Amino acid sequence: MNRITQTFNTLAAANRKALVTYLTAGDPDPETSFAILRAACDAGIDILELGIPFSDPTADGPVIQAASQRALKAGMTLTKTLDLAARLRKEVDTPIMLFGYYNPLFKYGLERLAKEASAAGVDGLLVVDLPPEEAGPLKAALVGTDLQLVFLVAPTTRPDRVQMIAQETGGFLYLITRAGTTGEGGLDVEVIRKHAAEVKAVSPLPVCLGFGIRNGQDAQKLAPMADGIIVGSALVNVIAHAPAAPDLPERMAAKIRDLRNGLDRA
Amino acid sequence: MTSPNSTPLIGQYPDASGHFGPYGGRFVGETLMTALLDVEAAWNEAKNDPAFLSDFRAMLRDYAGRPTPLDCADRLSDHIGGARIWLKREDCTHTGAHKINNVVGQGLLARRMGKKRVIAETGAGQHGVATATIAARFGFECKVFMGTEDIRRQAPNVHRMELLGTDVIPVTSGTATLKDAMNEALRYWSGTSADTFYVIGTVSGPHPYPEMVRDFQRVIGDEARAQFLEKCSQLPDLLVACVGGGSNAMGLFYPFLDDPCEMIGAEAAGDGLDTPRHAASIVGGTPGELHGALTYLLQNDEGQIHEAWSISAGLDYPGVGPEHALLHDLKRVTYEGVTDREALDAFQLLCQFEGIIPALESAHALAAAIREARKRPKDQTILVNLSGRGDKDLDHVGQVLEKFRSQNSEFRMGSEQ
Repeated sequence: MNRITQTFNTLAAANRKALVTYLTAGDPDPETSFAILRAACDAGIDILELGIPFSDPTADGPVIQAASQRALKAGMTLTKTLDLAARLRKEVDTPIMLFGYYNPLFKYGLERLAKEASAAGVDGLLVVDLPPEEAGPLKAALVGTDLQLVFLVAPTTRPDRVQMIAQETGGFLYLITRAGTTGEGGLDVEVIRKHAAEVKAVSPLPVCLGFGIRNGQDAQKLAPMADGIIVGSALVNVIAHAPAAPDLPERMAAKIRDLRNGLDRA
Repeated sequence: MTSPNSTPLIGQYPDASGHFGPYGGRFVGETLMTALLDVEAAWNEAKNDPAFLSDFRAMLRDYAGRPTPLDCADRLSDHIGGARIWLKREDCTHTGAHKINNVVGQGLLARRMGKKRVIAETGAGQHGVATATIAARFGFECKVFMGTEDIRRQAPNVHRMELLGTDVIPVTSGTATLKDAMNEALRYWSGTSADTFYVIGTVSGPHPYPEMVRDFQRVIGDEARAQFLEKCSQLPDLLVACVGGGSNAMGLFYPFLDDPCEMIGAEAAGDGLDTPRHAASIVGGTPGELHGALTYLLQNDEGQIHEAWSISAGLDYPGVGPEHALLHDLKRVTYEGVTDREALDAFQLLCQFEGIIPALESAHALAAAIREARKRPKDQTILVNLSGRGDKDLDHVGQVLEKFRSQNSEFRMGSEQ
């Protein structure tokens, strides 16, 4: 069974919520990035979203834009991202999703990507600027692999589209908590509660909430509304605030424990 | 040499899902999908509404100053000594470039949709000025995103936009140029689409923009075709336009696509196609997806987007409209590079022989036309889209000519290589 599906099954059986974390591959550099990701897996995350750096991340706020720039400057590539995933897979069972923009995948070759990601032990893909309407070629390339293709629902998505996307998504449904780009803050709990309930009602798969979740308190507030939460910018900020700190892995682990505790209190 | 396809092209593209063959489409984050579906629905209604089309035509006439003249460049043609060069004078429009056609159309659509704010990206500032212009005319709040590097290079246009009441937002992310301004406009739109209309300046971006902008700009080709037939009792042998994103070229070419006319799209070759400093996405790029559409891009092997380079800020974009990508693959249009130096030569020739100061963008089209005119007999005709006027470029041209002169004592004003 796909590791993402398995993880949600296990969590549901234990009545627990999923902690899904985004980190940009190669941030601040490929070696440190591996140590940070390794520490994150040990600190209690359930699913790792491994960001493929891109020069023009139009759906991201300043924090993840800067992470992409740091990684690209340090020589990060899609090939190296797949290597990083393969190295992690040798040491951890945490489900790994590649998370990125379409162009680097398209340029790499979709068939080749599907084959190599599968071989590296990757479990899923989320392509920010690839709505289901344009995903035909990628879906075709994924046939015969065990990779799940995850789609997003936004606060602006109308009900008929929510239904379509809920049918199309694999593994889980990524529910964006607010309009705009990735980044911390700006959560309206009541609006999210209502939206999450509507989406849960039509989604056959688990629903996770992402965008704007800063800490354990936010996690605790939002977790009851869905099957898990997704945190990106708040973690990337740990790197952004001190990219040269020798104890980045420990700092990342501490931040993740805060989120984990919040989630488990929910 | 190109010849027209046996199957008609007008009205065939894009398909219902916004694709031009393998190009185009709608590659955006889910947050923007609803906004784009709304623009598409409004556009599909408006384009078949006689009242909308009548408002559009009236505003082009009374506000933008259309039709623009079709003008034979006799002295320039005599000087070149080959085919006759004709100019479609988009430089004569209000605000001085073809950009006004598109913003009038999108402004009317934004008003129809009940939006209170318009946003735009700009490189050279021409599209920013055009958007600021219609924002003032319609009473919209207006924000224009512009890279800090371009703000420095194009100070007069920043001043114009501010005079027109527009908020110019400096963009520092990435390379701080046009592509980053477009990134930032998309980001802003994804947080504000409920009350905001994004006025995209070229035949690029997600569906329905490439189609919509082309249809607003085709007035150039529709007018030119009728004017040419009236004056010459035949069609031109060759059409030439510059291609950055490619809106003035699509506007000119589109009504002629099913005619037996050759077409050349002049891309900015900057320092040369054999250097990394150019903006020729088709002749020097590869297929990929940026800003919502599959098309040709300047990118590395890893799919990271390169910074484009051209003397002309309006051509300085690492992508191109998806319909151009298709017309290239179909061999219906020939795309060629024109270097900074060739464009500067053509710029000076038009000043000296016709008393017209062209935009540096349009000078690329002129340079490609002059190249062709030399090879062709006197009974052939070449129609060039003079997409804009060059007042905005005077300081920049002066500086660059000075630089070339100091680098090369052989270089003189109006030299012909």
